Amino acid sequence: MEHIDFSLVDWSRAQFALTAIYHWLFVPLTLGLSFIVAFMETIYVRTGNPEWKRITKFWMTLFGINFAIGVATGIILEFEFGTNWSNYSWFVGDIFGAPLAIEGILAFFLESTFIAVMFFGWNKVSKKFHLLSTWLVAFGSNLSALWILVANSWMQYPAGMKFNLDTARNEMVNFWEVLFSPVAINKFLHTISSGYVLASIFVMGVSAWFLLKNREHLFAKRSMIVASVFGLVATAFIILTGDGSARVVAKYQPMKFAAMENLFTGQQNAPLAVIGLLQTNKSEPGPNKQDFKIKIEIPNMLSYMAFLDPNAYVPGIQDLVNGNSEHNLPSYQERSQKGKLAITALAEYRIAKNAGNDSLANASLTTFQENYAHFGYGYYANRDVNELIPNVKATFYSFRIMVFLGLHFLALFIVVLILTLKNTIDKKKVILYTALWSIPLAYIASELGWVLAELGRQPWVIQDILPTIAAVSQVSASSVQVTFVLFAVIFTALLIAEIKIMTTQIKKGPGGHE
Amino acid sequence: MFETFSYIALQQYWWMIVSLLGAILVFLMFVQGGQTLIYTLGKTEDERSLLVNLLGRKWEFTFTTLVTFGGAFFASFPLFYSTSFGGAYWVWMLILIAFVVQAVSYEYRRKPNNFLGQRTYEVLLFINGLLGTVLIGTAVATFFTGSGFSVDKMNITKLTGDKMPIISEWTGPAHGLEAALNLQNLALGLTVFFLSRVLALLYFMNRLNHAVMMERIKKQLLYNAIPFVVFFLTFAIWLILSSGFAVNPDTKEVFMEPYKYLHNLLAMPVVAILFLLGVVFVLLGIIRPLTCFEKCSTKGIWITGLGTILTVFSLFLIAGFNNTAYYPSITHLQSSLTIENSSSSKYTLVAMSYVSLFVPFVLAYIWYAWRSIDNRKIDIEEVNSESHSY
Ligand code: HDD
Ligand code: HEM
Ligand code: HEM
Repeated sequence: MEHIDFSLVDWSRAQFALTAIYHWLFVPLTLGLSFIVAFMETIYVRTGNPEWKRITKFWMTLFGINFAIGVATGIILEFEFGTNWSNYSWFVGDIFGAPLAIEGILAFFLESTFIAVMFFGWNKVSKKFHLLSTWLVAFGSNLSALWILVANSWMQYPAGMKFNLDTARNEMVNFWEVLFSPVAINKFLHTISSGYVLASIFVMGVSAWFLLKNREHLFAKRSMIVASVFGLVATAFIILTGDGSARVVAKYQPMKFAAMENLFTGQQNAPLAVIGLLQTNKSEPGPNKQDFKIKIEIPNMLSYMAFLDPNAYVPGIQDLVNGNSEHNLPSYQERSQKGKLAITALAEYRIAKNAGNDSLANASLTTFQENYAHFGYGYYANRDVNELIPNVKATFYSFRIMVFLGLHFLALFIVVLILTLKNTIDKKKVILYTALWSIPLAYIASELGWVLAELGRQPWVIQDILPTIAAVSQVSASSVQVTFVLFAVIFTALLIAEIKIMTTQIKKGPGGHE
Repeated sequence: MFETFSYIALQQYWWMIVSLLGAILVFLMFVQGGQTLIYTLGKTEDERSLLVNLLGRKWEFTFTTLVTFGGAFFASFPLFYSTSFGGAYWVWMLILIAFVVQAVSYEYRRKPNNFLGQRTYEVLLFINGLLGTVLIGTAVATFFTGSGFSVDKMNITKLTGDKMPIISEWTGPAHGLEAALNLQNLALGLTVFFLSRVLALLYFMNRLNHAVMMERIKKQLLYNAIPFVVFFLTFAIWLILSSGFAVNPDTKEVFMEPYKYLHNLLAMPVVAILFLLGVVFVLLGIIRPLTCFEKCSTKGIWITGLGTILTVFSLFLIAGFNNTAYYPSITHLQSSLTIENSSSSKYTLVAMSYVSLFVPFVLAYIWYAWRSIDNRKIDIEEVNSESHSY
């Protein structure tokens, strides 16, 4: 595969990762804050207490600042599928495009229309209609998350499709299988709850700052109550759905699972490394290996976590690469040969079809169908198997940091809730500082979740079917470098602007009376 | 219900939806046009803020329409998405960047401590207004003038050789920028630019409560309407006289046919009527406020707006219907995209068609929501009294 321009592939990946990571800096706050604001406004409408209106409006302003840049970074992503992943757009566009279109029609319009009412309707529409609009914004933003996550899940676990040899692409055969795949359900629930957690931490941390500065006590405590209740429920949910996500990964993406657990050799009663420090082992031939320099493990836990059975067998990196006949695992070598058969059969089918040779076409069709499950591996025939192994260190550490932070947030929400209810939170400086400094941690946890999910499925854009090297567009690597730098500069400038504006607005406080 | 439709009927249905979204998008780009007029019309800080706020309440709408247009195009004609976006890389990237910088500019413009300064955000709005309209117009013009690319689906089976396994290939090194140097494309680009300014002026007339600026608006309306008409006529006449990319319905072979687009108009009288009605409405909405004295109608935005939608809609239909290749390749004629060879599968089109049933519902709530907050003209007092302003 000397003809593949790897620098183009790498720059395209880097650009996508850059823009996605930026988008994800703003999206989770939108997802969660929209609900928090809706809760607050509901309390205002129920009680008629103007203090709650002041609270609502303060957080709504921050919502607006964040929302604008979320939108700005989103549009790039949508079009990047065409500009940078053009082969991908054809190969799977029949399935992948639909959620994007549905997102626009059903979710984005809902969001953008009622945001206008939310911001400009205070003195023009009835209280009830305004409240409804705020709820619809929350509902709309979460609905937009649904469709894009369905699309992403489908890339991790391509369900509900069939390859059509005549059009040379995958076509959707069952919409509901795409929508309700177990991966999609877990991913959606886990990701939106991560937005709720992040937003709750944000509200809690900012409120803690006010208390530390000895300002706006009533405002801060009330905000804290809403945030800690919501955050607590969401964290419980995040742990539950995170566990569910890990289980679907084990089932559908065994290599991702082996990488994120650094399980080199598969085993029954596999232990879970709760804490570990990895060191690259260069001395042994074969697939790259990471040794544990330090580890603390729980026996049987990994088997249990993955398959709810402490005796279950969990395949390791080596078993997946070299194959394991005892457990019926083909080697990557075999899979690339089969993939190559499928790719060649596709070419032969098309030639036979054009020549009107039906019997040859049918024979090729059979070969193709028997081997399609390995299609993507065909592009790796005779290449270094290490190209098929995701980055173990990145996924291993990302996963652990995310989980630890999740447990940290759980504890924090419980403590803050209790202290706020007891009305002694103002005096607990350490807790207040912890709450404040947990804001960046929430962003880190959330971004690392994506690093895990996206790096863990490398080199696949569509698991087992389409690798990154066959998904890119025919542009020059230097063009992509230029756009990469352009985006990096523009997004960074906008991010700085956002942070400055946001902190200035926070320092200004909710205004009005205390 | 949609299951019973034929494949080609569904493809045509989706071409109409995409065309309609494109048409509405061009109308809504009055926001972009307005962004290029802020300093021309607004001489004081207050006046400029008034204009920015007027536009700011609508920008999301244009933006969302663009996003949905992209999504719908992707879902219904994925081969276009992969060929055009990946090939004309630079044009699309510039368009995108122009929209990225717009999205934040309203919200951040007057916020304290905004890092880049108010003036920068205003410049960004201007850039969006200029590049966004001209380049989108240029890109749409390539539906008639063609681009240099080839499509070969067998490339994905290329495991060796000198080609990447990529199905669509652009032939020129400029990756789309060449389109902007073509005079016919540019004529449509400039048409869209001046049209968006005309629409913006009509929108201001409709929503603004400000006597001094009203005078400037009227003057500017004339200044922008003239180049708009000139560029539009240039493009329209050229279109009617030029050869087009026809498809042989039996062999699916693409060939050049003299007066193809004129033939399309004649072959589809409904489209011809829509086109003519559109043009008349566009002009009517402009002429009425130009020729009136003292008390003027402010409904021009609706009339010209409707005219714009009809005209653009029928242009899209001329490009795609009646056995025409809507995204032609000039270097490799048989690679040209038609609504038949570039669409999604029947299953997907059916599924999406069900979703399209929501569109009237969406339009209804948009209309209702806007009516409830836009019920009177605005002035600077109103802007400053709002808790949220741009
Ligand atoms: C505040 C953020 C946050 C927190 C505290 C957690 N997660 Fe998470 N996690 C995410 C935010 C996130 C995310 C950003 O939403 C991801 C990225 C992709 C996805 O599906 O969700 C994710 C992905 C993700 C994946 C990968 C899914 C895939 O590859 O498709 C797993 C296995 C987990 N998470 C598991 C957990 C567990 C067991 C947690 C226990 C506390 C946890 N996460 C806390
Ligand atoms: C917003 C949250 C997301 C973040 C932070 C994120 C992060 C990343 C990262 C780090 C990469 C680089 C991996 C690599 O190439 O080595 C990547 C690649 C990619 N992601 Fe995501 N991702 C996000 C959401 C999505 C979604 C929702 C989709 C699809 C609908 C998606 C599709 C892709 C594609 C197509 C690539 C490029 C191919 C590849 O390199 O794997 N991403 N993303
Ligand atoms: C890589 C895949 C993604 C694409 C192509 C994409 C596309 C977009 C686009 C085009 C917008 C602007 C919409 C508008 O005009 O209002 C947007 C905004 C938004 N997106 Fe994404 N998005 C991606 C990833 C995600 C993910 C993973 C989520 C959530 C789980 C998400 C949730 C949102 C939300 C809530 C908004 C509203 C604005 C905001 O961010 O504040 N997006 N996205």
